[in-house]
Amino acid sequence: MSQTRGVLGDAWLMARKDLLLERRAKIGLGQVVPFAILVLLLFAFALDPDRGVLKQATPGLFWVTVLFSAVLTLQRSFGLEAEDGILEALRLSGMSPAGIYLGKVTALTIQLLLLEAVLVIGVAVLYDTKFVGIALLVAIAFTATLGIAAAGSVYGALAARLRSRETLLPLLLLPLLAPVLIAATRGCEVSLQREAVSGWPWAALLGIFALVYLALGSLLFRPLLEDA
Amino acid sequence: MGNAVSAIVHLHSAVALIGRFPALAGVDLDVDAGEILLLQGPNGAGKTTLLGVCAGLIGLSSGEAVVLGEDLTLNRRAVRRRVGLLGHDSFLYQDLSVVENLDFWSQAAAATVADGRAALERLGVASRLFNLPVHALSAGQRRRVSFAAMICRRPELWLLDEPHAGLDSSARDLVDGLMEEAAASGATVLFASHELDRAEHVAHRSVTISGGVILPQAPPAAPPDARPAAPTGSPSGGSEL
Repeated sequence: MSQTRGVLGDAWLMARKDLLLERRAKIGLGQVVPFAILVLLLFAFALDPDRGVLKQATPGLFWVTVLFSAVLTLQRSFGLEAEDGILEALRLSGMSPAGIYLGKVTALTIQLLLLEAVLVIGVAVLYDTKFVGIALLVAIAFTATLGIAAAGSVYGALAARLRSRETLLPLLLLPLLAPVLIAATRGCEVSLQREAVSGWPWAALLGIFALVYLALGSLLFRPLLEDA
Repeated sequence: MGNAVSAIVHLHSAVALIGRFPALAGVDLDVDAGEILLLQGPNGAGKTTLLGVCAGLIGLSSGEAVVLGEDLTLNRRAVRRRVGLLGHDSFLYQDLSVVENLDFWSQAAAATVADGRAALERLGVASRLFNLPVHALSAGQRRRVSFAAMICRRPELWLLDEPHAGLDSSARDLVDGLMEEAAASGATVLFASHELDRAEHVAHRSVTISGGVILPQAPPAAPPDARPAAPTGSPSGGSEL
């Protein structure tokens, strides 16, 4: 039981199950990744690359695409838990709610990081982007993604059983993630050498955002699971 | 039948609201260890809510509820890992295979993967189905897998909502046998069913719930030479079968 396995054991069990579900259903690979690439393509069509606007806007477009894709991934992830009485089964299982939350965050973070790796190739090819500050880019990507997954899992659980969750989740989540979008975009601009200042404070800010939501989510997930 | 101290399930004036609707409107019920109790009643009578209350999933708005020695008005979570609930929903991930589901749910409940496999075999789930995704199973096969996921938890209290639904004749016999085995080993079984012919054979006692309350049972007809029966039945309103 969770007393013997502990919160981290429950998180590992939950994350492994979520990744296995993705491997079996291939929704991320078959739908979310093509959607994200399509969005990048549409931006490329809308903003003429010859005028340089596209290159200038690359970091923002990249993170807007990640946010839209994250909403789809979150809806899928929590939609599955709301089907077939799974939420009741999880409540009956004896697993720690904090463990369930951390497991969902871990699986989402891994899925989104893989998506971002594909999108990086996408912007390199479509927008002719050159990446220079790789270490900063990786740090920004990791902290921003962790923040998106941590905050998204709180709101995903909140909206899980609502009939209008498909429309409600983006309405709740996107304004909340605006600071992540701004910080990640600014940090990426620096890593692409568009700015002379250091980008590490942006990475630190994103890290703080992620840690705050990880702590909040771990505390709030029990009542969220009960009320869902 | 039982009393508040020894009963595995003790409900007194239990009221549970679903939204604003009183799905349970003052239920009195006692169920003893090793007992198999049949809950009967029309659709919407409150059977599923009663099972949800006993599982610690639905809170009471008033009244008393003590299940497996845990006061549910103080802490509903304590009882959850000790009960097994088979509901209308499958409680299974449709995209995972049979064994992947059993592996996850058995480990989630602190059982072993071997417990899960043993439960599948006990439920007669053919090994050729083990690697099929749950969505590819028939309704009856899915029900067997759900049952296996429940029994691998080794629950002390079985809460079964229409356990025979969707099952063929042999599986229904198997479910009856499992309930009898569980009761013989000291577990307690509460099950709701509309299939009274079958259910009354396996149940030790039945109660009727209607409009969110347990109906008082008519006293059994006394033999001509017996003394008059007591004017009311047990506090739980049950009748021996």
